[in-house]
Amino acid sequence: MTVHVKFFASLKELMGCDGAAVEIGEMATVTDVWLAASGGKPMPANVLVAINMEHGDVHQAVHSGDEVAFFPPVTGG
Amino acid sequence: MKIRVQSEPLSPWGLLADYEAQLISSHGSGKYGASAVFVGSMRDLNEGDAVQGMYLEHYPGMTEKVLQGMAEAISREWNLIDLLLAHRVGDLHPGEPIVLVAVWSAHRKAAFEACRALMETLKSQAPFWKREHLTDGSQRWVEKNTAGY
Repeated sequence: MTVHVKFFASLKELMGCDGAAVEIGEMATVTDVWLAASGGKPMPANVLVAINMEHGDVHQAVHSGDEVAFFPPVTGG
Repeated sequence: MKIRVQSEPLSPWGLLADYEAQLISSHGSGKYGASAVFVGSMRDLNEGDAVQGMYLEHYPGMTEKVLQGMAEAISREWNLIDLLLAHRVGDLHPGEPIVLVAVWSAHRKAAFEACRALMETLKSQAPFWKREHLTDGSQRWVEKNTAGY
């Protein structure tokens, strides 16, 4: 299945891109998406996750067509 | 209720005056007894370093969705009459407003508490990220917020 990955802020710089379409097996979690998108890089400890624009966690299952975003702690306001 | 994320300069007091005029025309005067306002602006100093500019990144779509959700939840919790939230993105310079939170309620307790709660929730949950441009030419991502309480 295909999921759409996005990276923001310092993670965009770390990964060298703002995202990609990633092919991944069925029954995948957010962690699996990270590993596929990053080429196996370890996930920084403070990374936050959103699935389809809602805050989530790395253990959540993903589905075909999902948008999975990875970003550092937020610093707005 | 109005939520806006904008790349153009933010004029909080003009925005507030315009919104309050609309509020009075739609709700009638005398409907609220308290309003509380918070405006956050960019400083020229952070963590001891002189800052000459900042880029505020956001997640288009999610940022607006998160702000809308937190504004609706806080409006319900404090029984607000109305709420206005505006946040800058893009390139900013020291002194420029970053965020405006304004709430209207029957009494001051709800106004004070809801204004602060919305601001603190925004700081901890809304997807915005600041990258500072220091006067020495270097750049860095801001990694954490200052304590709000």
